[in-house]
Amino acid sequence: MSVFVILEDRNGKITRSSWEAAAAATLAAGAPVTAVLLGANTEALAAESATGAFSRIIRVEHPLLAAYSSDGFVAALYQLLQTETPEYVVLPHTYLVRDFAPRLATRFGQVLISDVIAIEPGPAFVRQLFQGRMNATYQSTGPLPCFISIQAGAFRATSPMTSPIAAIETFVPEIAARDIRTTAGAPFRASSQTVDLGSAQLIVGVGRGIKDESNIPIVQALATALGAELAASRPICDAGWLPMERQVGSSGQTVAPKLYLAIGISGAIQHLVGIKGSQCVVAINKDPHAPIFEIADYAIVGDLFEVVPALTAAINAARQ
Amino acid sequence: MKIIVAIKQVPERDAPIRIDASGKWIDEFGLQWALNESDAYALEEALLLKEKSGDPTSEVIVLSAGPERVGVTLREALAKGADRAIHILADDLASRDSLGLARLLAAAIAPEKPDLILTGLQSEDLGLGQTGVILAELLGLPHASLILTVEKTATGLAVKRELEESWFQTIDLPLPALLTIQSGGNKLRYATLMGIKRAKSKECRVLPAADLAPASPPVVTLASVTLPQKQKSTQFLTGSPAEAAAALIEKLRTEARVL
Repeated sequence: MSVFVILEDRNGKITRSSWEAAAAATLAAGAPVTAVLLGANTEALAAESATGAFSRIIRVEHPLLAAYSSDGFVAALYQLLQTETPEYVVLPHTYLVRDFAPRLATRFGQVLISDVIAIEPGPAFVRQLFQGRMNATYQSTGPLPCFISIQAGAFRATSPMTSPIAAIETFVPEIAARDIRTTAGAPFRASSQTVDLGSAQLIVGVGRGIKDESNIPIVQALATALGAELAASRPICDAGWLPMERQVGSSGQTVAPKLYLAIGISGAIQHLVGIKGSQCVVAINKDPHAPIFEIADYAIVGDLFEVVPALTAAINAARQ
Repeated sequence: MKIIVAIKQVPERDAPIRIDASGKWIDEFGLQWALNESDAYALEEALLLKEKSGDPTSEVIVLSAGPERVGVTLREALAKGADRAIHILADDLASRDSLGLARLLAAAIAPEKPDLILTGLQSEDLGLGQTGVILAELLGLPHASLILTVEKTATGLAVKRELEESWFQTIDLPLPALLTIQSGGNKLRYATLMGIKRAKSKECRVLPAADLAPASPPVVTLASVTLPQKQKSTQFLTGSPAEAAAALIEKLRTEARVL
């Protein structure tokens, strides 16, 4: 089975999610796969990849690939995949991949099977529906190649296999400056970053279950009693109830506390990827089917407006 | 500026969902439906762009595909301020993949020749997150995804794109173009009583799916829907709120040793 994996880099290194995608691809193929790198100068990345994890490494090189653009990446990969005709193309499910891969698949008359969490014999691809409340198994019946993107953290990035060092090749696509219709500026962060949730040991995270801005003091009181930082899922920050810098998840901060208390958080994957590094997760939610309970160590199914004040009172009582 | 906003009706967030008898989808009987969240932000951005343009010929058209119930969500979008609606009437959406659905949307959009097409980033039910990007490819338009805010410039648009881990970037692109909108960029408006009243007389054109694009066999099929397996053995603490709270603190102190 011919399987390609598209690797992504950041700050000159192959990203962890790319290694996870490579692990998924290798698992599906049952053998080392072909790695694809894109850029204006991928020599160092190719050297980093040439560890025995891949049978081949293809450097897709062009000056117009120096900065990411959907048009540039789609054009380059379309040409490569037309030449190489692999059966499967595996990608990490990142913001960048979400931007170009559906377009690339469409050009092949295919549909990207996105955000895959498991690969079953067949192969069949498992992904989540309804924000993690259900799983669905998908099969590809269309023309080759089949495109799959892999959810962050779903596969373990394995240490490289000891197969022979990969052959490194270069592919130079034909791209003209006029083909690239978008111009991207340099990445920037919001000006005030005063909260470092990344190093917090105790975190109280609050979600949609809090219902209204006026209820935030209920969870703030618990955080204060514990000496914990207050954090939130995206909808709370979207609504402006807590500042964006307190947002945990794929679009916010990644945390790794000893204790993460998820209050009224249903557990959509976008939030869960941000708390995966937590040593102990406690979930308090009124919906017994909330996906947060699937990853919680301790859980209370109940009304947060009753449970949280009881918890705060118990902690304060124990302190005195 | 003529803006089309492609929106989706999805099961209400807290609606209890059950797998149906076929094991391939959920039982839709008795479900409550709502506008997909990021689509609500796409609609908001379109309405803001129209208002900021000060151009009386600017128009916001909402577009959705689905069975008759979708008309309710379109009417709500009209009540918030959209000028007219297009309803692609289709009872067989479950048998179409993302490409098949995008072909329907593209066929309805093309004759309108819009300057800008907006969609939400991803749906809360399927979560595939790609209808907008596929649509851009089918229509031959440039696109940008995960967009929080949009500014009109002399040459087209400057948009704020969200990257991972609280990073952002600005992207310039010419018109016509397609953007997929992330939630949180603007504050959502509510429909006013006047808006609801006005919506009743606004145009909602119904286009049968069969007239738009021939149903092609899907290239990706959903084989089965299952309940997720638990990844951890969770300890559920029961009793009154005070009892559960006390039990939890005890566990966190002596068992997990994190307090």
